[in-house]
Amino acid sequence: MNAAVGALWRSTLFRHLLLTLVGAALLVLLTQQVSTFHDYELAEVGAFVCVTAGLTVLTGLNGQISLGHAALMAVGGYTVALLQQQFSDQGTTGIWVLPLSLVGGVVVTGATGAAVGVAAARLRGPYLAGATLALGVALPSLTSRFSGTFKGDQGLSVPFDPPPSQLGDTFPVERWQAWIALSAALCVLFLLANLNRSAIGRHFRAVRDDEIAAQLAGLSVARTQVLAFTVSAAAAGLGGGVYAVYLQTASPGSFSLALSLTLLSAVVIGGLGSLTGAVWGSLIVVFLGSVLQSWVDKLGLSPTSAQKLHDNLPNAVYGLLLIVAMLAVPGGIQSVLRRLARFLPLPRRSAPPPRSPAPAAQ
Amino acid sequence: MTNPLRRRHPAVAIAVTLAAVTALAACGSSKKSTSGGGGGGSTGDSSAPGVTATSVLIGTTQPLTGPAAPGYSKISAAMTAYFNYANAQGGINGRKVTLKVLDDGYNPATTATDTRQLVLQDKVFALLGALGTPTHTAVLDFIKTNKVPDLFVASGSRSWNQPDKYPTTFGWQPNYTIEGKILGDYIKKTFAGKKVCSFAQGDDFGTDGVAGVEKTLGASLASKQTYTPTNTNVAPQIGALKAAGCQVVVSFTIPGFTALEVGTAAKIGFKAQYVVSNVGSDITTLTGYLKDLTKPLIEGMVSDTYLPIPSDTSNDWIQLFQKVNKDYNNNAAFDGNVTYGMGVAYTFLQALQAAGNDLTRGSLLAAVEKGGFKGPGLVPFQFSSSNHSGYAGVQVVTIKGGVASTTGSIYTTDDGDGPLTAYNGTPTPAPANGLPS
Repeated sequence: MNAAVGALWRSTLFRHLLLTLVGAALLVLLTQQVSTFHDYELAEVGAFVCVTAGLTVLTGLNGQISLGHAALMAVGGYTVALLQQQFSDQGTTGIWVLPLSLVGGVVVTGATGAAVGVAAARLRGPYLAGATLALGVALPSLTSRFSGTFKGDQGLSVPFDPPPSQLGDTFPVERWQAWIALSAALCVLFLLANLNRSAIGRHFRAVRDDEIAAQLAGLSVARTQVLAFTVSAAAAGLGGGVYAVYLQTASPGSFSLALSLTLLSAVVIGGLGSLTGAVWGSLIVVFLGSVLQSWVDKLGLSPTSAQKLHDNLPNAVYGLLLIVAMLAVPGGIQSVLRRLARFLPLPRRSAPPPRSPAPAAQ
Repeated sequence: MTNPLRRRHPAVAIAVTLAAVTALAACGSSKKSTSGGGGGGSTGDSSAPGVTATSVLIGTTQPLTGPAAPGYSKISAAMTAYFNYANAQGGINGRKVTLKVLDDGYNPATTATDTRQLVLQDKVFALLGALGTPTHTAVLDFIKTNKVPDLFVASGSRSWNQPDKYPTTFGWQPNYTIEGKILGDYIKKTFAGKKVCSFAQGDDFGTDGVAGVEKTLGASLASKQTYTPTNTNVAPQIGALKAAGCQVVVSFTIPGFTALEVGTAAKIGFKAQYVVSNVGSDITTLTGYLKDLTKPLIEGMVSDTYLPIPSDTSNDWIQLFQKVNKDYNNNAAFDGNVTYGMGVAYTFLQALQAAGNDLTRGSLLAAVEKGGFKGPGLVPFQFSSSNHSGYAGVQVVTIKGGVASTTGSIYTTDDGDGPLTAYNGTPTPAPANGLPS
């Protein structure tokens, strides 16, 4: 019996599935405990986790940098907005409508990512950064070039069905948004965690570590890089779609260059290459500002100086955090936690699992 | 295919850490839990969050930074100043008004979060004068769901007047179509036979305004150029106006883009008669951009107003606002943004007064729909249960030697195909103590 559980536990798929389900259960409990505004903030965390998880796979595991992920989010967000408007105009409702739109967003963004990835695979270092930066600047501007479809800076509204009536009349929309976003985040984390542990994940890392060695081992460097970009873009597309649902609007202002840079630095602060780190980074992006602002409110400053601190302090602290992370802990929050975890008396963690001679890999 | 060589991967613990961490983060900043009620969805007409026997908390989102900040960032300060002035005299029905201002940088994404913070976290009683067409459009559905009174949105979009769809949202200034119709009528009478073109913001603001101009002008405009507030290069558009041989340019622009427009036109040697929407023509704000060149560049500009002109110091409303500005607003440069903010604040005090001692969200909304508010505007409000628009008309203004002055009749009209009607009502005198009686 014990051996059977042990064998199951060693199955990556089973372990990830179990953890995802546990996480989902805990999140359902959590969202019911906190206030509706915190539910709303959790929805934002969910949207950002989708993107940062994809970004950390691209940058941390495959070694490609992207300064244009907010633009890819925009592709997902606008796709979802247009699809949801279509459904709403036709009067189509149902629990499957929004997931369908989100899948549409993922597919369109994945295709965009594949196209960008083909270009990206030819570029290295600063040139790649420059190209993705151009994407981040140019793509949102398309919304004003084709303002008939995309409604310029005003953006598109994103109608979506209210929470199902089975959840009760008083079920807040914000909690529903949190559930949507956090389910998307868990899906992305589950899929990417499995991907990382698969052959494809090892190919990503092989290409990152040494392109020539990877080539000699029979890998197509370009194909691997395009695949990494596509996967990362698809995750960003889902994040963007969920973000549009969270904001109830898709506008160029919500997918600015600043967001691209924020997400990249969130990944770095959290721990490059680590999915858990991506979660840390997203939490910091969402909660740092509001925590700092509540501290400022407690200082009892005059309204004008409090206003100045409100506007600037989060940016300053965020920048400082990034510098400190780069200098002191290049591995980010996740590496600090890993180091700390070594001091904890966790027998399961410190001792390697007993190697049973059971057939591990078939 | 599992890899037996790798020990358990820390990344697999993601789901659990995600939950644990969010729990910590949420607990850290959450003092008030859901137990109090009054959260989303439970606010009915008789609810009154943010109201005590001695205070009312209201909120607003404003562009204190970003492309729309110059000029507009003074509005919320003027509103706060007027409330402080009223509070110093005991407030309304014994309640002092506190206005919480959040900066959204004219970015709809930030407005979405800010508005939810005001309503869900700070539990404001109502929103007042939230600024911007693109920004506020993004939160209408949220406001509707939470049944928050959303009074006097600081924008002339027609979206605020949809009582069936958004029953708690009200406009304040005349909508851009009304402005456009009256400006179009002036152009038809004054600049007959000239080639009329437009330069407008590429959203409802510009579209509504240009549509109004075309209604009364009776013709389609020769060239219609648009801009987006995030792109400050307007040379292509102004070049196109020049190439089309435009003689009159109707502009539905925010002040920064009025300045870019006239500045760029001067640079490329394009001369035209500018007819600018009220929101983009405040002289003090334009001076902030154009400095010493303001006077020559805006000479002869035509605009409109629905409030007394800030430089008209003989007007009793202007005298009142100047006094409040001096005592409570650090004597800020007195311009159209200051009169706007104070005008909105005064109208809100009127609504509070009319809602009576037993203040609830329902009684406030009923009071606004009942209408009948007077001053400081030149024309009456249109408020009723079927109309949530603000002022019904404007008077044309011309700028000569850097000074604005009104010309012709005050007109009222609707945003449909209704005719222009000259308005001859007597102006309402300003109350001596600045409080509605």
